[in-house]
Amino acid sequence: MNRWLPRTYLTLVYLLLYVPIVVLVVFSFNDSRTGYEWGGLSLRWYEALLNNRAMVQAMWNSLWLALSAATVSTLIGALTALALHRYRFRGKKVLNGMLFVVMMSPEIVLAISLLALFLLVGLQLGYVSLLLAHVTFCLPFVVITVMARLSGFDERLPEAARDLGANDFTMTRTVLIPVIMPALLAGWLLGFTLSLDDVVVSTFVSGPSYEILPLRIYSMVRVGLKPEVNALGTLLLVFSLVMLILSQWILLRSKR
Amino acid sequence: MKQTLLSLSNLTKQFDGKKVLDSLDLDIFDGEFITLLGPSGCGKTTLLRMMAGFEHPDDGTIALGDQDLTHTPPEHRPLNTVFQNYALFPHMSVFDNVAYGLKMEKRPKQEIRERVEDALAMVQLEDFARRKPHQLSGGQQQRVAIARAVVKRPKVLLLDEPLSALDYKLRRTMQVELKRLQRELGITFVFVTHDQEEALSMSDRVVVLKDGLIQQLGTPREVYERPANLFTARFVGETNFFPGRVDKANGDDTITVDVFGLKRTFRKPDFPVSGGQSLHVLLRPEDIRVLAPDDEDGVAGKIVERNYKGSTLDSVIHLEDGTEVLASEFFDEDDPTFDYRLGEPVKVSWVDGWEWLLPTEPEALPEEEGTDA
Repeated sequence: MNRWLPRTYLTLVYLLLYVPIVVLVVFSFNDSRTGYEWGGLSLRWYEALLNNRAMVQAMWNSLWLALSAATVSTLIGALTALALHRYRFRGKKVLNGMLFVVMMSPEIVLAISLLALFLLVGLQLGYVSLLLAHVTFCLPFVVITVMARLSGFDERLPEAARDLGANDFTMTRTVLIPVIMPALLAGWLLGFTLSLDDVVVSTFVSGPSYEILPLRIYSMVRVGLKPEVNALGTLLLVFSLVMLILSQWILLRSKR
Repeated sequence: MKQTLLSLSNLTKQFDGKKVLDSLDLDIFDGEFITLLGPSGCGKTTLLRMMAGFEHPDDGTIALGDQDLTHTPPEHRPLNTVFQNYALFPHMSVFDNVAYGLKMEKRPKQEIRERVEDALAMVQLEDFARRKPHQLSGGQQQRVAIARAVVKRPKVLLLDEPLSALDYKLRRTMQVELKRLQRELGITFVFVTHDQEEALSMSDRVVVLKDGLIQQLGTPREVYERPANLFTARFVGETNFFPGRVDKANGDDTITVDVFGLKRTFRKPDFPVSGGQSLHVLLRPEDIRVLAPDDEDGVAGKIVERNYKGSTLDSVIHLEDGTEVLASEFFDEDDPTFDYRLGEPVKVSWVDGWEWLLPTEPEALPEEEGTDA
């Protein structure tokens, strides 16, 4: 009896988490037009998806945006984390606190203020405005991930490298970066995921010249649920699973 | 002749207004094993980090031979450090860790391989070259750290409490090994520790530090047998401090001192003495003799603690005036009086000439105030 209670509970939790996903995957192979009856196995929605040129274009746009936003925010974020970790300077606490403000403030507030800013400086809404916005909300996550790694970093390591004849630049290249590499990768992946599925901020700062996937899906769903979306969801799921496995593999390798 | 290799003069350093080093002068000889000994916060680590180049003195100079190193960055100093927690690069193999310093010198590949292999053989780790640091035990990591530092053939090797993370037995083994390495390499070792036993057993000379000032500089024997002041006497080993009062100075370089009412004749100390002056009579526990209560020599007291230590038997004896005396005796199975029981009355004595005299110090701790003149 006592053994069954936790098991049942756990099963329910996992059902709640995974049943919707399983339903989505199963129905992406459904031959039927409606989402609630089974019409046999088929790949027709995948075909329809690939033939939907606007959709494919939005997918590439989203991937490219996520890739560039994650890379830019990892570069800036890593340097910010290093500066916060290594140096004592005026306004350090303020800077640190501001990162949390960005992270904690409602997305809608960030979206409106970014839009207002872009309109003010006369920036054409499109790839650039999206990139700037995505870098803004990814940055604190990268900084915090890298800072967490740095806080466990042995302060004697850079000294040991200097002691053995490395100058500051060589030390950074051969010791500091390799040691914090897992955090850089984790930060990058986090930024990539955040950027890929952002809807709120993107809605405000995107323009007609650069359509991205979440917004495309959102507008599709508004006029009625097409089974194509299930196929798209399945593809995204496979993609994120591959990314997850890849990141775990890199982490494991770096530990060895 | 002993030649000065590293010369520190007038080194001063403050952290947040607190003086860590106070115009310190120290000459380190070529090829010697010198230990900086002191409690935490005495400035010993700061001094070592200054030699390595990680800290910069507010005032004073550091010179290696005739080369001024005071403002040279660590990477350009011909000194290498063995860090307290080894600071091995976790992402590199043992081989790459040891090779790091030579790669920085841009040595040819062949030379790097040979020298790294030699260094690893020297610390008996040639079979571990491909391992990562986390796959090694503490003692092995320690040896990699040493190999990594000596492979550069530094003029001076700086060791920052390198054995403090090891267990007792391993520490003893590494102490012997470090001594052997130092003899074989002929490199000057500057060793930092707070462990006085380690300092005494390994060093050619010991520097006792407190509050950024050198308390005493001398051979382990000098520091132990002839401490320069009360701090050194207390910090290095266990000591009994008996209050003495000079009775009179004799003509033949001896003085008569009143200790617990006994008139004892001592060698005249280095400091000036005059009749009636108070001083400290220092006796190490191993210099104390515990005698039977009916012995005519000695001061009466009673045993309050006995600790069996294997090779010695340590006792705590309370004298009648409340003074606590530590005694450490070697076993002598032929001596029937040796085995006293707790609470048993005894008499405490010593052989004149084994004592060491120190003047009373004005800044003495409250417990000495009673003996001040």
